[in-house]
Amino acid sequence: MAESIVSLINVEKRFGSNLVVRKMNMEIQEGEFLTLLGPSGCGKTTTLRMIAGFEDATSGIIKVQGERVESKEPYQRDVNTVFQNYSLFPHMTVFDNVAYGLTIKKVPKDEIQRRVTEMLALVQLAGFEKRKPDALSGGQKQRVAIARALINNPKVLLLDEPLGALDLKLRKQMQIELKRLQKKLGITFVYVTHDQEEALTMSDRIAVMNGGVIEQLDVPMEIYDHPKTRFVAGFIGESNIFDGTVKAVEGDLLRVETPSGMLTTRGKGFQVGEEMHVSVRPEHLEYGLAPAEGFDLPAILKDFTYMGTVVKTALDLRDGQEVKFSRFEQDYGLREGEQLFLRWSPEKSVAIKKSAAAQ
Amino acid sequence: MSRHKPNAGAGELEAINRRRDVRRKTIPALAQAGPVSAWMVLFVTIPMLYIIYVSFMSRGVFGDVVYEFSLESYQTLLDSIYFKVIVKSLQVALFTTVACLLLGYPFAYYIARKPPEVASKLIMLIMIPFWTNSLMRLNSWLLLFQTSGPVNTFLQWAGITSGPITFIYTDPLVMLGLVTNMLPFAVLPLYSTIEKLQNSLLEASSDLGANPRQTFFRITLPLTFPGIFSAVILVFIPSLGIYTVSDMLGGGKVLYIGNIIKNQFGAIRNWPLGAALSVLLLVITGLLIFIYTRFAKLEDMEVV
Repeated sequence: MAESIVSLINVEKRFGSNLVVRKMNMEIQEGEFLTLLGPSGCGKTTTLRMIAGFEDATSGIIKVQGERVESKEPYQRDVNTVFQNYSLFPHMTVFDNVAYGLTIKKVPKDEIQRRVTEMLALVQLAGFEKRKPDALSGGQKQRVAIARALINNPKVLLLDEPLGALDLKLRKQMQIELKRLQKKLGITFVYVTHDQEEALTMSDRIAVMNGGVIEQLDVPMEIYDHPKTRFVAGFIGESNIFDGTVKAVEGDLLRVETPSGMLTTRGKGFQVGEEMHVSVRPEHLEYGLAPAEGFDLPAILKDFTYMGTVVKTALDLRDGQEVKFSRFEQDYGLREGEQLFLRWSPEKSVAIKKSAAAQ
Repeated sequence: MSRHKPNAGAGELEAINRRRDVRRKTIPALAQAGPVSAWMVLFVTIPMLYIIYVSFMSRGVFGDVVYEFSLESYQTLLDSIYFKVIVKSLQVALFTTVACLLLGYPFAYYIARKPPEVASKLIMLIMIPFWTNSLMRLNSWLLLFQTSGPVNTFLQWAGITSGPITFIYTDPLVMLGLVTNMLPFAVLPLYSTIEKLQNSLLEASSDLGANPRQTFFRITLPLTFPGIFSAVILVFIPSLGIYTVSDMLGGGKVLYIGNIIKNQFGAIRNWPLGAALSVLLLVITGLLIFIYTRFAKLEDMEVV
């Protein structure tokens, strides 16, 4: 395996009695776009800040390009950060902001001039050199922040929810631009976000974090199609999750009993009597008027929600749990209050081990 | 009809806003600031005009003011003795200001970086002496530094000096008194600007390769200029005019412009000269404030 550009080995971070990051191990490959994804308080920003050097790891090893950096100050590390609130220097012009890193390194004036001009052109801000940050829009400030970091040719660019303050449309546009920029420059991006859609759109790999632990680190498609934990299944996209017990194993098919009834899923490595979870995406849920083979999941149709591209239909299971299926068009044959029987192709559902720690 | 209703509503709202704008503009600014301006006229403008008026009058034989126009007081000001005192006063005020900044900035920075509950306690440490009667504070300096006081006793006990040193009624002690007196005026404005400084700006600077010293001179210092200017104004102007400190710690031997003004209005009873000296102080102060406002505007140093 190629030497990774950033390695975290058994890294822990404690704030007082609060363990924010637990025994984290992660290898970030050169040139990849890696996203740390998770709800607020999951430790993703703290992890980023430890790589940048703003927080000291309580224990563990952090390597950048194979070199240990735990005792190095942020200004001694070959990484740069794009901050959530931009953090542009308000008393400096756009030019001076972008030139800051080079000025500190005492790069000759004409070279600074050339590189800043190039960088501003790259982020489509040519002509804004003399503006103060106050006179820029949110999207423009973000571009300056990115330019200010990238001009130093960092080995790794750390981005802490950089698009969080932008409106939806601008955010979508910047997502695409950032991804293109990353591909073009070939710089490793470590990106922090709580927006799972953003993570799926931009990343080469996603590390889904919860409670200071990486629940799953994989390519977006694997994360979406084969979530490894109940948390990942619930956090990434929408899922119907059934908690149950394995009743029978027939080849790679599992018959599972849940409080709402029997169901069938595909899964390996499960034993009869084992507690587990089954996750089914709303687009894979099917229904009929009678129980199908391997399924006995009666549900009462509750309501329809029009979402633009799809219509979501909510149903109540026998134990009161709500499930949803989505279709491009509403089935006008269905009535609210009607009883349906749910089913799906077993290969479309995911069998998830009950984890020892969470849940 | 109903299709146009939303538009009509918007138009109506606009009209109301316009009317409100007109009303806001037609009420004279003076009337809105009425009570405050009346107060200012009564207690600041009138006394000040009177002082300026008196400075152009002559002194009577019995120390009264004779209301006859005269430039005599201003001619006296040109006398080398007064000129020296003015220069010395400016020097002392400048020293006090610089000392307060050098002591106050690190302290204010230290407080501002503490969590709020600790910071408020540290601010109290500055404020308590500030609220203590100044006579008491100044007298305790005298007691500490007098010939047989604790400081001299300690110096001799430790063998640092062989005999008592004369501290009291000297310029250094007066300056010490001034600095301790003025320090809160420097710390408070400095604290409030440093406290507003976003930590992420300092992190960004460090992230971009600047060591702590570079970060301080390129980011922290420029962004806290407004606080530094306020501190300069708040310390320099009172230090120039204050006479209680030099009166008590200088024992009448150390004379600054404030003491002379006080003496002219008091013991010596030369009101026109005292008034002329006051006008001079006023001009210096006005000049400083003018420079300050120009500077503040030019640099556009709002801390976001």
